[in-house]
Amino acid sequence: MFLERLIKFFASLRLTVVCLALGMVLIFTGTLAQVPLGLYRAQNEFFRSFFVYWQPEHFAWKIPVLPGGYLLGGVLLINLVSAHWQRFSLTRNKAGIWMVHVGLILLLLGQLLTDMLAQESTLHLRVGDARNYSESERAYELAVSDVTDPASTQVVAIPEPLLLKQRAISNPELPFTVRVHDFYANSTLTNNAAAGYEPAPGNVGTNGLWFKSLPRETAMNLRDLPSGIVEIVTPQGTGGSWLVSAYLTQPQAFIWQKRKYELLLRPERFYRPYSLRLEQFKHDVYKGTDVPKNFSSRLILDRPDTGEHREVLIYMNNPLRYAGETFYQASFDEDDGGTILQVVHNPSWVTPYLACLLVGSGLVVEFLSHLVPFLKRRRAV
Amino acid sequence: MKTWIPWITVIALAGWLLGSLRQPPETGFQTRDFGKLPVLLNGRIQPFDSVARNSLLQIRTRQSIEDVTADQWLVELMMKPDAADKRLVFRIDNLELLNLLGLSDKQKYFSFNDLQPHYGDIDQQAQRIDKLDTSARSVFEQQLMKLFNATQLYQRLKLTLCPADSKDLGREVAAYQQLIPDGIAAVRAKEAGQKYDEKTLNIFLGFLAEFDDMAKYAYPLVVPPLQDAKSRDDWQNAGTSLMSLSKGADLNPAVKSYVAMVAAYQNDRPEEFNQALEGYRQWVGQWYPAETGKGIHEAFYNFFQAFYKAIILYILAFLLAVTALLTFAIAPKLSETLRRTAFYLVILTGLIHTFAIVFRMVLEGRPPVTNLYSSAIFIGWGCVVLGLMLERVFAVGLGCAVASFAGFVTLVIAQNLAIDGDTMEMMRAVLDTNFWLATHVVVVTLGYASTFMAGFLAITYILLGLCTPLLGQKVGQLELGKVLTKMVYAIVCFATLFSFTGTVLGGIWADQSWGRFWGWDPKENGALLIVIWNAIILHARWGGLVRDRGIMNLAVFGNIVTSFSWFGVNMLGIGLHSYGFMEAAFNWLMLFIATQLIIILLGLLPSRFWRSFQGRAPAPGAAKA
Repeated sequence: MFLERLIKFFASLRLTVVCLALGMVLIFTGTLAQVPLGLYRAQNEFFRSFFVYWQPEHFAWKIPVLPGGYLLGGVLLINLVSAHWQRFSLTRNKAGIWMVHVGLILLLLGQLLTDMLAQESTLHLRVGDARNYSESERAYELAVSDVTDPASTQVVAIPEPLLLKQRAISNPELPFTVRVHDFYANSTLTNNAAAGYEPAPGNVGTNGLWFKSLPRETAMNLRDLPSGIVEIVTPQGTGGSWLVSAYLTQPQAFIWQKRKYELLLRPERFYRPYSLRLEQFKHDVYKGTDVPKNFSSRLILDRPDTGEHREVLIYMNNPLRYAGETFYQASFDEDDGGTILQVVHNPSWVTPYLACLLVGSGLVVEFLSHLVPFLKRRRAV
Repeated sequence: MKTWIPWITVIALAGWLLGSLRQPPETGFQTRDFGKLPVLLNGRIQPFDSVARNSLLQIRTRQSIEDVTADQWLVELMMKPDAADKRLVFRIDNLELLNLLGLSDKQKYFSFNDLQPHYGDIDQQAQRIDKLDTSARSVFEQQLMKLFNATQLYQRLKLTLCPADSKDLGREVAAYQQLIPDGIAAVRAKEAGQKYDEKTLNIFLGFLAEFDDMAKYAYPLVVPPLQDAKSRDDWQNAGTSLMSLSKGADLNPAVKSYVAMVAAYQNDRPEEFNQALEGYRQWVGQWYPAETGKGIHEAFYNFFQAFYKAIILYILAFLLAVTALLTFAIAPKLSETLRRTAFYLVILTGLIHTFAIVFRMVLEGRPPVTNLYSSAIFIGWGCVVLGLMLERVFAVGLGCAVASFAGFVTLVIAQNLAIDGDTMEMMRAVLDTNFWLATHVVVVTLGYASTFMAGFLAITYILLGLCTPLLGQKVGQLELGKVLTKMVYAIVCFATLFSFTGTVLGGIWADQSWGRFWGWDPKENGALLIVIWNAIILHARWGGLVRDRGIMNLAVFGNIVTSFSWFGVNMLGIGLHSYGFMEAAFNWLMLFIATQLIIILLGLLPSRFWRSFQGRAPAPGAAKA
């Protein structure tokens, strides 16, 4: 009895309309919220969440005010599936409706999969450079490298979320513990003492630097630049403290038990079994203007394990799809001497294509099946 | 009523259109033919005529000046700037700005000579404002920058064909050519520390300095590349070409012709001007037939002003269709005649509209929608086509009325969007793909058009229902109210199809070009809102949550949703700031939304207030909720 009512509730058209209406409110407010929050945060708070919260000023807890994207998408999905289960029979005159809704289910599931599985990173290459890794756009990692033997460097990379917890981190590969003291997701550095800044511990390289925490960036074109203090804790006591920062692009070295180590806070890296080398980058403009006409990168793809070695050309609206990843022309260096490629790994990239085909043809079938008889009737009159 | 009346009316109007294509022959300087010459500007080949009109739009917000055409003005400005400087071409509306410049607030238009004494002030302010973020500028600052840009454009146009203070370009260029060997010798001698003729050197360097100014600042590129040039796009300006003579280059035939034209104009000799012009037309036509053809065709397109004429005809058709609607119960025969006239007239105007869109597409080599301006034109076109289809099925005048109204409004919006200048600008790299412009953009724009169409039909329903008894009247077998309901339902179905397919195609384009099917970007969200809204209307109807009047109110709200996605998202974050044109557009958008909300409130009035439903119980179209 209860189950029946539950199914009825979940299959009702009223629920569809309410969810769609809430969806409109969510999308509208989520769009407006991009102005103060920035695209990235608005996306996370409105669309990639179960609830949208509101925190009144000077208030400790947040109040959920709107269902978020995950919740609405989920309920709509249940609604769709149970409506079909309950109401629709698979008959010929319902074919259009079926195609539309199966397409929508596919679209929603595909987007959920994309959300969970897709990974984006960037590959920055100067002309002549070759790289076999791309870097995260937002996340950093602390690389602790054993560089005693220049031929084979051992790297232990500590991801940023772990650093932000400000704990002691140990790893079987490391003969010491890395204790994270202050760690700020966004920060700034200065050479002089100033109000609000903390001094860096007095080790080589970062001597005399001061740093402080900053609020997270909201603008699309700005990135958070983290900084923090890490201490190397050995069984014999402290091995020294260092300021690590996204601003410091050179590694800081130290010696422990006659082995040389380096510390570097760098964008998180994704390695792959092949490399790309930039041969040429072209930035064409329309004659007499600075309006860009095309950006293109000519690259050499080199894969040692299969011996593959070939030239590829990536330009606007023409990405390279290779080994489950796609490389897009995203940006370039100001002096036109380098290219920035966006690397996307998205196993469910094909679902929107199929969904679009299904829904589009479903809608056409459905409307024609109403329109044609209607016009025939009118003609007959 | 006679069946020939509609035909006669439409044929007469078509005759008027054709008649407007005839131009009386020009006496004196053939500036009209000059206006057809091709130049390269904004990265595309266009005629001088487009340069003239778009520049005037930016400076004066009009395409012409009272007594002279755009071509005549441009020729004068480029060849005899002293005379042009007296013309009232700068439009200033802002009172603070007029005060700053000490100009009278009694007039709107000012000449360059009026502004010149205050140029220092303008320049100083502009230096300061230029550093401010565009969204942080006040109305005064916006207007000052606009004036500053207008004066810059004006002065760059002046340097297109001759240097400042040129009195007789023919003689000046001849003197320069003669001086080149001695001048170069003098320069070399000075560099080598040897004796040189100081007077020769100074005159020579004087010429070079003047041509260098032209090379730096000239606006359009007027000199086509010579046949051995690497690229057909390699156009130059006259200054660069004249400078290159001193490096041993020959005088480019195009420059030679332009110098002759300028000299003839400066000396007031129309025959010589026309002769030089004709010579150049033949030369450029022989070597650059495609570019010359483009110039001629675009100048024709500018002259025809098809969209402007379509506005007039749409107004006429709208008046006829509304009269037909209001009289069909009182005087059915008159009403039918008026309706037919309106129907034929919308077809005629729709043909002109289509012709102009196709002409534009061919000129640009692009699908119909490439920017906000062309989207307005295309939305109008979509509404007109849908309206004609409705009229064909339900011959009651409603389709015509809504089609002509939508055509008129969208074209007026387009005219206002065009004051920024060139509406055929080149597409930025990521947009430079005809495939996606032809699929995603066209389909999504048709989605806008059909959602608007449903909204306009719903407004008709509400207004007719409240103020007239017409909704209850029978047309054929159905009541007018029922006819409208069927129309709105059918159009919402169309809108769902177009907006969904268009939006998903946009996602696929995004996936193709930067690997993200959906990024929650404002424009994407706007399109998604339309899709969801249409889906809500359909589901609410199928679920019996709303009936006729409810659907109408939902459809009117669709207008708000669509206007937000079409315009609103472009104004995000600047709604509170003043932003030049966008500020005006923002106010219009708010006004539009307010009117739609008022109509929805009217639509919510209980059915006893509806004249169409009075005396009938229970009202057949009453919403449940």
